[in-house]
Parts: sequence; structure tokens; C-alpha cells
Amino acid sequence: MVDIVDRQEKAAAKEESAERKPLPRWMITVASVTFLLIVWEIFGRRINPVFGSYPSAIAEAFWELLVTGQLWSALYDSLRPFVIGYALAIVVGVPLGLFIGGFRAAEAALGLYITAGYAMPLVALVPLLILWLGLGFAVKVAVIFLMSLFPICINTWLGVTAVPKTLIEVGKSFVAPDTVILRRIILPATLPYIMAGIRLAVGRAVVGMVIAEFFTTISGLGAVIINSANNFDTATMFVPIIILMLLAIGLNWLIGFVERWVAPWQAEISGRDRE
Amino acid sequence: MGEVSFHDVSKRFTLRVDGEVHHVQALDRVSFTVKDGEIVALIGPSGCGKTTALRVAMGLDPSSGGRVTVDGREINGCGHDRGMVFQHAELLPWLSALQNVMFGLEMKGIRGAQLRETAERYLHLVGLKDSQSRRPHQLSGGMKQRVGIARALAIDPKVLLMDEPFGALDAQTRETMQGELLDIHSRTGKTILFVTHDLDEAVIIADRIVVMKDGRVQEIMNVPLARPRPDLGLVRGMPEFAETRYKVWRALHDGTTVH
Repeated sequence: MVDIVDRQEKAAAKEESAERKPLPRWMITVASVTFLLIVWEIFGRRINPVFGSYPSAIAEAFWELLVTGQLWSALYDSLRPFVIGYALAIVVGVPLGLFIGGFRAAEAALGLYITAGYAMPLVALVPLLILWLGLGFAVKVAVIFLMSLFPICINTWLGVTAVPKTLIEVGKSFVAPDTVILRRIILPATLPYIMAGIRLAVGRAVVGMVIAEFFTTISGLGAVIINSANNFDTATMFVPIIILMLLAIGLNWLIGFVERWVAPWQAEISGRDRE
Repeated sequence: MGEVSFHDVSKRFTLRVDGEVHHVQALDRVSFTVKDGEIVALIGPSGCGKTTALRVAMGLDPSSGGRVTVDGREINGCGHDRGMVFQHAELLPWLSALQNVMFGLEMKGIRGAQLRETAERYLHLVGLKDSQSRRPHQLSGGMKQRVGIARALAIDPKVLLMDEPFGALDAQTRETMQGELLDIHSRTGKTILFVTHDLDEAVIIADRIVVMKDGRVQEIMNVPLARPRPDLGLVRGMPEFAETRYKVWRALHDGTTVH
């Protein structure tokens, strides 16, 4: 009896230790960021403040921009074209990718433009876009749209071509029409790829936004960067740069959240739903 | 009624291997009939054309010659008169077990209360009433294939076409599934064409066995085991089982028939 009880206890203890969770992700992230900030602070202080900056100086500059209200108006000016251009890229890119991937003729006719468009040196085309669309809001939307359209479209397209043939045959064997196969089999099977494309596009859209603000009417966060750089105010220059990077991280997180909501099976299959 | 007939069905593939063009005769004038309510096993080594024959019968691949009829009517592409059970179940991973069964029914145009009720009834038939809201990855291999069978049966096809449905399952689950398939068959009386490479499985399940080799029908054998076969353990011990198994084995190995 004693032996059995002992064994049971041991088994229970073993189970407990097996269930002991590894360090949570957020803790590792916080540790990594803290380490980086400390190292940056230590070495940044030794550098001439024109050539570089350090976290505490940037935080001070951030506070300055915040209380003068500059930051909010810059952020608003930047985000308006960003949201519209990026959303438009999703609305156009996903159906276009589905169309190109789903139909042989469409792939042959349009595929190469999408591939070429992805590699398009957009900065070089900005002057032309200005001639077409002027210097204002429209051209900014266009630049952000063009930057983010292609990764979304290409990923969707690749996703369609990666759909297992057998799943499509399931549709066929139940006499599903092509449109139903596209909507109810190909689209959900492609969702993880679409979400990956939307994620990749965040970074490109942010870059597109700054390009637009540099080369068209100087405005928004881009203007803060340029103006402070011209005044050799390196600490202030870093504020919008860091905000843009934080924006990208935040959007990525948001997209991940949306992804788990629209395609919960994917996280379950890969086992990432338990984190 | 539900009778499938192959009339001189041929199928040629063109393969390009290292720049050389190869013509593969996957099916060479295949003729046989699965009678109403019968289970016929299609057996042969891999590459013998058994899966191709099934795919042609489903309408997933066109034949290069000959025709397949269901109750005398020539098939033209896929149809609701045939239900396919795939080798790896091929459930849609984003749908629950119930929704997977409902998918097939919806494609047949069934709507409203009848849709859910029918899907539930067939999940019940395959013993999955309690797991109907699970997604495929939350089901075991055997359970997945049960959903696959329910999905195909639910549209009430005249013929069930099964492509090595238990081939990927472990031995014990496979035996259970064989028993359950026979049970389902005795309750629904469906005509079944069953592709397998497993000798035991063919003998246990089938009324007749079609042995294929190099795209041709080599031999068609009767299985002299009475129906129903409720106790498969008992069936395995019967001399007729061993005898038939040996005959099929001979036919597969050197093509000579033992009488």
C-alpha cells in the first residue's frame, strides 16, 4: 500500500513539474528591451549629441513634443493617409491575389506585373505620382497603397497555389461550383498566407508613409524627423522614428489578434493557442 | 438501386521524367460491375491503377476511353449519385465535424432544419454524436475517417467510393473501422467500391475482389463468406477466409490461379 501511495505521489509530483510553465514570452521581451535600453544609454552618453542620442534624452524630447501638442497633430497627419492607403491595399490586394491564384489565365496575364510591382523602386516614381496626384493627401495615400499592395497580393496568390489539391477535390466530388470552392475552400485555406501578407505590408506601409512625407508636402511624423535633423536635434529626431517602429509592432500584434479570431484553427493546429 | 459498371475503361497518362516523355497506361480496358448492395474490393500493388479506377468512377479524372455507368447511365464528371471517401479523410480543417458533414449536404442543396438534422443523424450512425463540434485536428485518425464516411453517406449516394480509407490507420483502429463499415453497410445497404492494398481487409469486407495488375483486371474472385459478418475475429478463423486470402495472394504474386 505504502509503495503504491508513494508511487502515486511521485507521479503527481512529476506531472506538476512537467506542467511548470517556461518563462512567459512577455518577460523575455521586457528583459530584452531593458537590456537594450541600458546598453544604449551607457554608450549613447559618450557620443556627441549631434551624431547620436540615448534613451533618456529621447524621452525628454518626447515629453517636449507631447506637451506642445506637436506630436499629436503630426501623428494625426501621418495616420490618416496611412490607414486609408493600407486598408485600400488589403481591400484590393486580397481579391486580386485570389483572382490571380485561382485562374490560370489571370495568373498568366497579370502575375508578372505583380511580381515586378513588388520590386518597383517606388521612391523613383514619387515625382511622377506628384505630377498625377499633386502634393497633398491623395499622393500620400497612393504611395502607402502601392507599397503595401504587392506583399499582400503576392502572399494571397502564393497561398492559393499552396492549397492542397485534395481539398479542392473534396469540393469537386460534392459538385461544388467554382465560386463556392473559391469562397468556402480556397479562401479559408489561404487565410494564414493572407494574414502573413498583411503583416509584411505593415512595415512597407510605414516606410511608404515616411517616403511620402519626405518627398511630397513635408508633414506629419516625417516633418518632425526632417525639421529636427536640420536643427541637429538628434534626440527629437529619434522620437518619431521610435514611434513609427512602435506603431509597426502594435499593428503586428493587432493583426495577430485578428488572425487568431478569423482563423482560430491555425493557431490550434500549430499549438500556439496555448501561449 | 446502385450499380456501377466499368465498360472497357482506359486511362493514359503522359509523364515527363528527366526530359523524356513516358506514356503510362494506368487503366487498360477495365471492365467489371459492382452490383446493387454489393461490396467490391479493388486490390493490387501500388501503381496498378486501382486508385485511378476509383477517381475515374468518381469523375475526378476523365477516362481516355470506355465509360463508367451508374444504374446504366453514363457518368459525366462528379455527381451526387456517388459519394467519395478519401484516403486521408480530407476534412476541411476550419470546420467542425458537423459542419464538414453539412458541407456535402449543402452542396446537394439541402437547407434549413433538415440540413443539421441529417448531418447529426449520419454522425450518429458512425458513432460520433458526442464529438460533432470538434475540429478535425481535435479528432483521432479513426474519428476523422468516420466523419469522412458520414460526409459521403449523408448525401445518400447510390454508390460509396472508398480510396484506401483505413490505410493510414493503426492496425487496431483499422480492424474496428472494418467492423463498423460492415455494420453501416448492413444498415444502409449501400453499394460500395473499396480500394485497398491490404489482403485481409479485402477478404473481410468484400463480396467480390477485383485483382488488378498493370492497369488490367487480372481476376475477379468471389468471397465465400456469408453476410452479415458480425464477428470479424470469428471470420478470420474460418477456413474460407484463409483459402480466399491465399488465392488472392497467389493472384497478386504470380498471376496463377489456385483452384
